Amino acid sequence: MARKLLLEHINVPDIHTFDVYRQKGGYRAVEKALKTLTPDEVVEEVKKSGLRGRGGAGFPTGMKWSFLAKPEGVARYLVCNADESEPGTFKDRYLMTHIPHALIEGMIVSSFALGAHTSYIYVRGEMMPQIRILEKAIAEAKNAGFLGKNILGTGYDLELYVQPGGGAYICGEETALLESLEGKRGNPRIKPPFPAIAGLYGCPTVVNNVESIAATVPIINDGGDEYAKIGIGRSTGTKLISASGNLVRPGVYEIELGLPVEEFIYSDEWCGGIANGKRLKATVAGGSSVPILPANLSLKLANGDPRLMSYESLSEGGFATGSMMGSGGFIAFDEDQCIVRNTWNFSRFYHHESCGQCSPCREGTGWMEKVLHRLEFGHGKMSDIDLLVDVSKKIEGNTICPLGDAAAWPVASAIRHFRDEFEWHVNEPVKSLDTNYGLANYAEPIAKTVSTEN
Amino acid sequence: MLKVEEQQPVQFSAALIEKSEEIVKRYPEGKQKSALLPILHEVQAELGWLSPNAMDKVAEFLSIEPIEVYEVASFYSMYFLKPQGKYVLEVCRTGPCCLVGAEKLMDHLQKSLGVKENEVTPDGLFSWRGVECLAACGYGPVLQIGPEYTFYENLNEQKVDDLIQDLRKK
Repeated sequence: MARKLLLEHINVPDIHTFDVYRQKGGYRAVEKALKTLTPDEVVEEVKKSGLRGRGGAGFPTGMKWSFLAKPEGVARYLVCNADESEPGTFKDRYLMTHIPHALIEGMIVSSFALGAHTSYIYVRGEMMPQIRILEKAIAEAKNAGFLGKNILGTGYDLELYVQPGGGAYICGEETALLESLEGKRGNPRIKPPFPAIAGLYGCPTVVNNVESIAATVPIINDGGDEYAKIGIGRSTGTKLISASGNLVRPGVYEIELGLPVEEFIYSDEWCGGIANGKRLKATVAGGSSVPILPANLSLKLANGDPRLMSYESLSEGGFATGSMMGSGGFIAFDEDQCIVRNTWNFSRFYHHESCGQCSPCREGTGWMEKVLHRLEFGHGKMSDIDLLVDVSKKIEGNTICPLGDAAAWPVASAIRHFRDEFEWHVNEPVKSLDTNYGLANYAEPIAKTVSTEN
Repeated sequence: MLKVEEQQPVQFSAALIEKSEEIVKRYPEGKQKSALLPILHEVQAELGWLSPNAMDKVAEFLSIEPIEVYEVASFYSMYFLKPQGKYVLEVCRTGPCCLVGAEKLMDHLQKSLGVKENEVTPDGLFSWRGVECLAACGYGPVLQIGPEYTFYENLNEQKVDDLIQDLRKK
């Protein structure tokens, strides 16, 4: 059995309550940090742990913290990014639902390290049940003296609030999140200045993912060096993986980084294989924004070595033969799934969620969605395939925030690995429509006009 | 954008005003605009949608310009700028849910309710729409119903029919 740090007590009844969480050793990290460590020492432990941001970018958390400006007389903020909405990713929702105090405890430890006295958890608005769970947990922690004025008699003050979003994927980008928290549209800011210098209300701010913040609890409890012993290479510790798609047992799993992908998919300890006895066709390893990989490259590197669930191994080979760890949103596709249709679906998502600030993203995502739609529904031309590659290249790297890249990569990688399937849609438009999908909401008007003529 | 279809006077309840005042206290002095998104959620939960009059009232409450409220309300997907059914069934239509049947479920919902996406049933009870990823990909297909945003997971056509029947009886 793999070691679990975040989900160790997931099956304990009522672990979502303060009392049970405390009985299981909860809030020891707060006591240790506030009573025996200085803020700089907490930062040092996180640096030693090698923890990398669990939201998708994978930037070292301790290093991010050490960038925080500390001018005298200016407030500093910690903002938790709980705007989880990347297709394929649902680990933070799971953690907040079942062990909310793991996040609250991490927020206290992290806020102390950063010298923040007011912190916010920005939760996507659709997660109203989780917002209520967190608000209740915050009230419990405050009643027990772990929040508010003079926490545990140490002289440290912290107020913690939950902020609901309004329903916009772009608010998962940290500067868009800050704009939204200030009551504005979620348009990403031009960087620099980075939030560490000018973030919320123009003050130095750190924005961290839910899982990153929760991971500071075992790091402080056991020490950064102990945490760094788990995992492989620069991928230290454990990682929550959200598994979805055509799997026997989809769900949220905590793995030690370095687990072979093949074992994760087929072992009974994890996903239990592909549902309905089908074969694996492809995977998306880290949420919809990362490149899709065909089955062979999902399980093995280009040189034949096993592909591992680690930041380095998943990206091995660059975009030619690799993908990315991303947020840990692992999607499996069985042999019956249509790659063109899935690519269109993801493309529609990014078009819908583009904030519209940068022309390449605003216009390009719409173009890609439309071209993919006509390919999927039988009106595509062979030249459309190269057109898609061209448009994706013109979006990638040409926008203020990474949403443009996130929109471009799934399209480019799908064509790179499954070009023959795109060509089949052009050559066999009627056959390609003969799927088991529901069509009434998308295609009825044009499906009737499909012609097999050129 | 904001085609004014209804301009009835709007009255906020005492509880809504009290809740809004409590929300404003979460932010530093002078940064009350941060309360805009949470307050719009509260207003929508009470009134069912955000009419121009309701948004003007929020602007007045927060001492900001009405346009600052309109531009936010129209940017985010959760705010309704026109009246909806009493129950808005929001089906996740994004990748992982589609792999396990979300599109067929949406087709079924359209047939069951007899209205297209974003339309309201004649009795005013239901509207439905497809929404982008609801972060429950491992339990799809899923749908949610505001204002509590209750989740219904691992759905099939029968479960959706039962849910609609239960809501009709409420």
